[in-house]
Amino acid sequence: MEKENVIVTHELTKRFGDFTAVDNVSFAVQKGEIFGFIGANGAGKTTAMRMLCGLSLPSSGTATVAGFDVYKQNEQIKKHIGYMSQKFSLYEDLTIRENIRFYAGIYGLRDERIREKTDLLLQQLHMKGAERTLVRALPLGWKQKLAFSIAIVHDPAIVFLDEPTGGVDPITRREFWSLIYEAAGRGITIFVTTHYMDEAEYCNRVSIMVDGRIDALDSPANLMQQYASASMDGVFLQLARKAKRSGD
Amino acid sequence: MRMLKILLWKELLQIYRDPAIIRILFIMPMIQLLILPLAADYEIKNINLGVVDHDHSEYSRQLVNKIVSSGYFRLKDYSATFPQGLKAIESGRTDLILEIPTHFERDIVKDNRSSLFVAVDAVNGVKAGLGGAYLQGIIQNYNQEVRTQWIQAQRFDEQPTIEIASADWYNPHMNYRVFMVPGILVMLVTMIGSSFAANNIVREKEMGTIEQINVSPIKKMQFILGKLIPFWLLALLVLTIGLLIARLVYGIVPLGHYSTIYVFATIYLLAILGLGLLLSTYAQTQQQSMLVSFFVTMIFNLLSGLYTPIESMPAWAQLITRFNPVSYFIEVMRMVMLKGSGLADIRYQILALIGFAVFFNGWAILNYRKRSG
Ligand SMILES: Nc1ncnc2c1ncn2[C@@H]1O[C@H](COP(=O)(O)OP(=O)(O)O)[C@@H](O)[C@H]1O
Ligand SMILES: [Mg+2]
Repeated sequence: MEKENVIVTHELTKRFGDFTAVDNVSFAVQKGEIFGFIGANGAGKTTAMRMLCGLSLPSSGTATVAGFDVYKQNEQIKKHIGYMSQKFSLYEDLTIRENIRFYAGIYGLRDERIREKTDLLLQQLHMKGAERTLVRALPLGWKQKLAFSIAIVHDPAIVFLDEPTGGVDPITRREFWSLIYEAAGRGITIFVTTHYMDEAEYCNRVSIMVDGRIDALDSPANLMQQYASASMDGVFLQLARKAKRSGD
Repeated sequence: MRMLKILLWKELLQIYRDPAIIRILFIMPMIQLLILPLAADYEIKNINLGVVDHDHSEYSRQLVNKIVSSGYFRLKDYSATFPQGLKAIESGRTDLILEIPTHFERDIVKDNRSSLFVAVDAVNGVKAGLGGAYLQGIIQNYNQEVRTQWIQAQRFDEQPTIEIASADWYNPHMNYRVFMVPGILVMLVTMIGSSFAANNIVREKEMGTIEQINVSPIKKMQFILGKLIPFWLLALLVLTIGLLIARLVYGIVPLGHYSTIYVFATIYLLAILGLGLLLSTYAQTQQQSMLVSFFVTMIFNLLSGLYTPIESMPAWAQLITRFNPVSYFIEVMRMVMLKGSGLADIRYQILALIGFAVFFNGWAILNYRKRSG
C-alpha cells in the first residue's frame, strides 16, 4: 500500500549569486519514516533543510511540507515541524526546565500540558533532579539530547535534525538514536542529516548528496547491494569521489 | 498575548541573570551622575573672558564686575572692537567674548530693554558653551538687580529687560549641575535604548537561538515586542533612579511635572529602541552592533546641545540637530526642569519623536525577516 508523503520536492534549487548550493533536488519522504540526508561538508544539506523549514526562500522548484507550500505557506509549515539546527540552540543562561517551558510555550502548549511534558521528558532523559541546572553547565551529549526532546516537545508531524550528533561520543550517539526511534515510533517523521556513515544505516532510506545534487536515494540495504559494498561507508566513498566542492 | 507573556518571561529572566546588565544599568548611571558633573565643574571654573565694551557706562562696568566676581570667569582681554576681541579668541587667549553695545545703559533706563552679544569659541565647545550658559545666567541675575534698583528709584512698574542675543537661558542660579545632570540622564537612557536591545537581538543571532525562534510560529511583531518591552522598562527604571539621584544628591527638582518627563521619555524610548532594532537587523555580530551603536550615540550626543548650546552651533550642525532625537529630549528635559513646561509646551517635540518612532520602527520591521532570501 502506498504510504502518505509528508515532504515532496520537485527540482528544488537554491542559488547564492551564481553559486548553486542545492541543485534541482527531487524526492519524497513518507509519513513515519526516518529519512537520512548524507553528504560531505558543503554538499548542501543544511541549505536544503532550511528551505523545507521555511527559513530560506528557494530559488526555483517546488516543495510541500506537511501538505503546505514552502513559498506561500511557510508560517503554516512552522506549526507542524520541529527543527534542531546544526548550531546548538538552547538558551545557555536558562535552566533545563526553563528551556522546556519557553519552547513549549512558543508553540502554544498550555501550562498544565507543559508541566506534564516536562516531567515526562526529564524522566526519559534521566535528568530528574537536574532540572534547575543552567544548560551552560551540561555536558554536550546532554545538551543535544535535551535539544532534540525540546524540538519535538509540541509533537510535530516532522522533525528536522541537522547533524544532531556532531562531536559527541559513540555511546551518547547510540542513546540519541534510541530517542529518535522512540519519536519515530510515535509517528513523528524524522528528517536527519549526518556525515557519520554508521548512522546512515539506522535510517529507513537515505539520500546521498554530492555537490548540491542527490546522486543516490534508497534504503541502506539496497544501496549497499547496488554499489557492491559491505557498508554505507563504501557506498559513500564511491559517490563522493566525484565531488568537486571542498568542505567549508 | 500568551505568546508575548512567555517571551517577556524569558527575556526578563535572562536580564536578571546577566551580571553585566545589572552592573551597567545601575552602577554606571550612578557613577556618571555622581562623578561627571563634579569633574566638569572644575573645568568650568576657569573660563577666559574677553569683553568688548562700547558703552563704558556704570551699568556695563557693574555687569563685568559681577561676572568676574562669580568666580567662574577670568577677565583676560579688554578690546575696543569686536574684531580685536575675536583675535583673542582665535589665538586661544579667551574662550568667549561679551560684547556690550553702545547705549546699553541708556537703553535700559529709557526703553527698559537692551541686548548683549555673546560669542563663544567653537573649538573648545564644552568650556565655551557652558561658559556662555553661565554668562547668560549671571546676566539674568544682573537683570533682576537692575529691576530692583529701578523700582526703588522711580517706582516704575515695567521691568526692564536685557535681551541676550544668543539664547534664552533658564538657569538663574548659575548651577552647572542643573545644566548637566538632566543631559547625562538623557545620554544614559539613550544608550540603554539604542545599544542594549540591539545587542540582545544580535546575541541571539550569534548563539543561533534566533533560528529556533524563526522556525517557530512566533509572529514577527510578537518577537519584536518581546525584545522592546523589557528594555523600555529598564530604561524607564534607570531614568527613575537618575531623577532620584538628581533630586537627592543635587537637589534638582523640576519646575514642571515629573509626569511630563515620563510621557516624553516613553515616546522617546519608542524611537530610540526602534533605532536599536534597526541596527540589530543589519549587524551580524555583537561587535558590529556595539561599534555602530556606540558611533551613532556618540554623534547624537555631540550634536545634541548637551555640551554645546545648539544656538551656538554652525548652521549645518543646527540643521542636523533637528534630525537628532537626543537633542529633542535634552531640550524637553531642560524645558521641564528649568522652565516648568507642560505637555502643551512640548507638543512639537512629541510630534517630532512620534515621527522618529514611526520611521525607525517601520524600517526595522520591514527589514526584519524570519526567512532569508
Ligand atoms: N548564505 C549563504 N551564502 C552563500 N553561500 C552559502 C550560504 N549558505 C551556504 N552557502 C554555501 O552553500 C554550500 C552548501 O552549504 P551547506 O548547505 O551548509 O552544506 P552542508 O550542510 O551540507 O555542509 C556551501 O558551499 C556553503 O558555503
Ligand atoms: Mg550543514
